[in-house]
Amino acid sequence: MTRPEAIVIGGSAGALEALTAILPALPATYPAPIALVLHVLSGKPSLLADLLAQRCALKVCEAMDKQPLEKGTLYVAPPDYHLLIERDRCCALSVDTPVHFSRPSIDVLFESAAEAYRAGLVGVLLTGGNEDGARGLERIGARGGATVVQDPSTAMVPYMPESALKRFTPTTVLAPADIGIYLAQLGGRP
Amino acid sequence: MSEPTPEDVELNVLLDAIYQRYHYDFRKYSEASLRRRVATALLHFRVASISRLQEKVLHEPRAFTELLGFLTVQVSDMFRDPTYFKSLREQVLPYLRTYPTFKVWVAGCSTGEEAWSMAILLAEEGLLDRSLIYATDINPEALRTAEEGVYALERFALFSANYQASGGKRSLSSWYHASSRAGLLDRSLKKHILFSDHSLATDSVFAEVELASCRNVLIYFDKDLQNRAVGLLRDSLRRKGFLGLGSKESLRFTAHSATFADFVPQDRIYQRL
Ligand SMILES: C[S@@+](CC[C@H](N)C(=O)[O-])C[C@H]1O[C@@H](n2cnc3c(N)ncnc32)[C@H](O)[C@@H]1O
Repeated sequence: MTRPEAIVIGGSAGALEALTAILPALPATYPAPIALVLHVLSGKPSLLADLLAQRCALKVCEAMDKQPLEKGTLYVAPPDYHLLIERDRCCALSVDTPVHFSRPSIDVLFESAAEAYRAGLVGVLLTGGNEDGARGLERIGARGGATVVQDPSTAMVPYMPESALKRFTPTTVLAPADIGIYLAQLGGRP
Repeated sequence: MSEPTPEDVELNVLLDAIYQRYHYDFRKYSEASLRRRVATALLHFRVASISRLQEKVLHEPRAFTELLGFLTVQVSDMFRDPTYFKSLREQVLPYLRTYPTFKVWVAGCSTGEEAWSMAILLAEEGLLDRSLIYATDINPEALRTAEEGVYALERFALFSANYQASGGKRSLSSWYHASSRAGLLDRSLKKHILFSDHSLATDSVFAEVELASCRNVLIYFDKDLQNRAVGLLRDSLRRKGFLGLGSKESLRFTAHSATFADFVPQDRIYQRL
């Protein structure tokens, strides 16, 4: 694949640790925007964005409705809202019903981003104890995007990556540190 | 932009059909989530394609009423985002108090929780007798529920916690009558709320108000329609009037940010210039 136009990442239990291994590999000048859905149990919103900002060089913010996506920036879904990507490449939020008991839901982000970016998208599904994200990642693949699944043997809870692997064969299966390197390399391509 | 898929075309045709036949305009709603809701509706109606759904809806008004429940999102709580109501209480009401009478517009009130919360807030601040609350929505079923002011009893635990966090002066239980399964909000509040059908997409200004609260409605609109809706809210506000949005909504990405000043930025409360 050529240089990606956007990255979407989803995860649940254990994903914060995985992200801590992935995100430092990405420079502040990373050429694509990154959108993230993490299932979090309790709802202190901006904490997650602040936490991640301390651990990487990217600009980190909680996504606002209709905010345009810019490169080098990580957009975190706010608690209790779904985050979607519109075809005009801006964020959209919704309070529609939870999917897989989750709001935000990874499927909702992935499926909308797959329509917006098609082959220009990379989807990354991390550790977690819920099947949210598997279907969405499959859709990204079906629209021509690249799909990355965290190696279940490195996952704190392997159920989420395993659910994806049961559905389809992703582009690659990697440990967190290698996902960082993979994304960085894609970003360096012309 | 890539070529439209057959589903894109079908969706456009469905929305056109709905507009022509029923005058509800969903053509400029935020597409990504609208597509998901239509997909859910296909499962509910057990039809294989959007074209089939369109045929059904076009010929059966009852099916349209049912579809409306899928196209609009009815999620609300009393005193949702307590700090918003706290800021209204502590920072906005001191201004409104200086008017002999004033009007409040709750736009997109859904099943009424926000409007009833507003009435309780005004009552506790001694302002309800001087005010009128317009509560509007496009979903007739939601408006009926709103008007009844009856909610399942198990929801009141959350409502009460929100109420307390919003700076409530009593106990929320003094504002509703509990039966075994439901809580009925105090009828004295009702006299000051006018529920009615109004669309931010197709209708125009109907009153001049001092405070407009439009929360978690704009997120369902695309940028053009957001601009129309915010323009309508602005034109309804008297100068120095207040506009409150949902906690993840912002005027920053609309065409109207220059006609408002931040008033309580963290709670998305703006003041019309
Ligand atoms: C998620 S609810 C918001 C309820 C409440 N304001 C709150 O924040 O808790 C969104 C509401 O917007 C209404 N709505 C959708 N389109 C509308 C329009 N064009 N004009 C007015 N209301 C609309 C829906 O029917 C629904 O009741």
